[in-house]
Amino acid sequence: MKHLLSISDLDRAEIEDLLTLAAEFSSVLERDIPKVPTLRGRTIATVFFEASTRTRLSFERAAKALSADVMSFAPGTSSVTKGESLKDTVLTLEATGADLFVVRHESVGAAARVAGWVNGPVINGGDGAHQHPTQALLDALTLRQRFGKLDGLKVGIVGDIANSRVARSNIDAFTKLGAQVELIAPSPLLPVDLSAFPVTVSGSLEDSLPHLDVVYLLRVQIERGSGPILPSLAEYGLRFGMNRQRLQMLPADAVVMHPGPINRGVEITADVADDPRSLVLDQVQNGVSTRMAVIFRLLGAS
Amino acid sequence: MNSELAIRNGTVLTADGVAEIDLFVKDGRIASIGGDHDSHTTIDANGAWVGPGLVDLHCHLREPGEEWKEDIASGSAAAAAGGFTALVAMPNTKPAIDSGHLACFITERGRQVGLCQIATAGAITMARDGKALSHLDELWEAGVRIFTDDGASVADAGLLRLAMEYLAERGAVVAQHAEDQGLSLGGQMHEGAISSLLGLRGIPALAEELVVARDLALARLTGVRYHVQHISSRGTLDLISDARAQGLPVTSEVTPHHLAFDDERVMALDPAFKMYPPLRAASDREALVAGLSDGSIDVVATDHAPHAPFETEVTFAEAPRGVIGLESAASAVMTACSLPIETFFARMSISPAQIAQLENQGRRVATGILANLVVFDPERTWTPDRFRSRSENSPFRGEALRGMVLATIYEGRVTHSLVKS
Repeated sequence: MKHLLSISDLDRAEIEDLLTLAAEFSSVLERDIPKVPTLRGRTIATVFFEASTRTRLSFERAAKALSADVMSFAPGTSSVTKGESLKDTVLTLEATGADLFVVRHESVGAAARVAGWVNGPVINGGDGAHQHPTQALLDALTLRQRFGKLDGLKVGIVGDIANSRVARSNIDAFTKLGAQVELIAPSPLLPVDLSAFPVTVSGSLEDSLPHLDVVYLLRVQIERGSGPILPSLAEYGLRFGMNRQRLQMLPADAVVMHPGPINRGVEITADVADDPRSLVLDQVQNGVSTRMAVIFRLLGAS
Repeated sequence: MNSELAIRNGTVLTADGVAEIDLFVKDGRIASIGGDHDSHTTIDANGAWVGPGLVDLHCHLREPGEEWKEDIASGSAAAAAGGFTALVAMPNTKPAIDSGHLACFITERGRQVGLCQIATAGAITMARDGKALSHLDELWEAGVRIFTDDGASVADAGLLRLAMEYLAERGAVVAQHAEDQGLSLGGQMHEGAISSLLGLRGIPALAEELVVARDLALARLTGVRYHVQHISSRGTLDLISDARAQGLPVTSEVTPHHLAFDDERVMALDPAFKMYPPLRAASDREALVAGLSDGSIDVVATDHAPHAPFETEVTFAEAPRGVIGLESAASAVMTACSLPIETFFARMSISPAQIAQLENQGRRVATGILANLVVFDPERTWTPDRFRSRSENSPFRGEALRGMVLATIYEGRVTHSLVKS
């Protein structure tokens, strides 16, 4: 593995290898001194052209737990406001000493583009509505911890699938690991052509709930670049939001997930978010160990 | 007779049919067809076709205003290398060609460069902003015969109707870049399976078809000659074919890249495959190839749209729309469509010259006409890698192409040659 740009670059064995390694790093993070010296002297650049706190912090925590140094780049405080391009930015970071790049950008294919310009490995930290592969891996790890394996699990992904990189990477990762995925959304929030997706589709959350093991709620926003995609958040919440009543329609051992940040009261009510069946905080925790595993695989071998 | 130029051993598209015969050029004109005369320069056209120089109804020369991408000199050089003896420049320069003196500037610059005839289309609306009519009469008097706001549609049906009424009286052509702005908003590529997989916002074929359907109704109302630019979908072709069957004076053009590629090629997210209209589904591409072959589509036009390397070294979504095409057009068309000689020259020279009303262009070879010629080997293969254009944003870079322009002659002068002695 030279880069991690898309789940489509990985087969089942490679995904499982990363999950196993991530599980080992999880135990490192539970030690008194949650740190290993593996990547001492290496430098990881987080290049986030799109606002993000959670993902950037998670990558930086993962890098530091491997004893790597971190260079953090955000356009608000940088030369991008002076018109410096993505290409010049990453070439400058590489010349400054970055060994690995974590790239988040609003454009589809940005991380792959960067991989063509720099010598070091690149991790896609989210490119437009395309891919967010470490999110898919940490979600798979979370499900593996809870259920032992993903084979045969029925996962419902709810929300703005069309504009979601989380949905695209998770569909690929979950199905490669043997789960069945159902997309649950009003039709304007579905990709126009689903022929390349191994999924079923439902227009009703309540119809789907009784046969799901996992309800995976996506963050929804009224605006998406080119204009409004929802009549209102309130109407969306009434039809597709998870609340106490709908939680009871799930099988007893089913779980609720969300990649964050949560719009409390829209995708999910506060009581469901804080319910023991919500894995939201497990996801956040697993984010660090998963990213440690990915960084280690890309840099550790050399 | 002592001729200036002899073109020997070629297969020539003459006014009397296709013949293997030698041509002799003197004083810029075809002086003799057949016979044997001395010549200063000889082009060996063995195995090649010789016919009227290619005519491009649709290119962007970027002058005035964006000369770092291209200018009339570099664009003319690219045209000569691609076998063209005449170009129609699009009016979306900075400023837009919306007044007579600006049109005169373009054609005069073309004359100064002297590598091919440069005509210009005129804008339909002032500054191409879709709000008020441009100086249509002034543009007509300056020699403009094709009117378009290319780069955008004229969205206001009332304004377009008015333009069509004025231009119908003159006998000019209204050419439309068909794109419904609401349906294409934020779109990066064809809306379909690939855009869904990539998470790129799609541009449905309907964005083109809706505008063409409306315009055909306006063309019927006004009687104007209506031309659809760079058609991309099977549905658009069906609309045009229906209108023609009813006798409307409607023509259309297709680009080499829409004949050669479909939206699968966008998977790699190379900005050299980003353009409007986008590369569409395989079934659309097949319909366009068939339409060009059977004549439902009249013309190949390049939509040559240069962008500098620094502008395309960005992500796909940030890249500007459009790709270059003058130097690869003839080869790309042969590779995709394998046209016979008559059809090749009809689509790439004769029909575009008629639509643009360029009287010294697109003429079958005959004694006495101006020598605007191309020598094209339909079998020779090559792979484009360097360009005379100032820009290099070509989807054909690295593609093995069949058919090669060996020489171009403009008004009797050799403007490009691989085979001169």
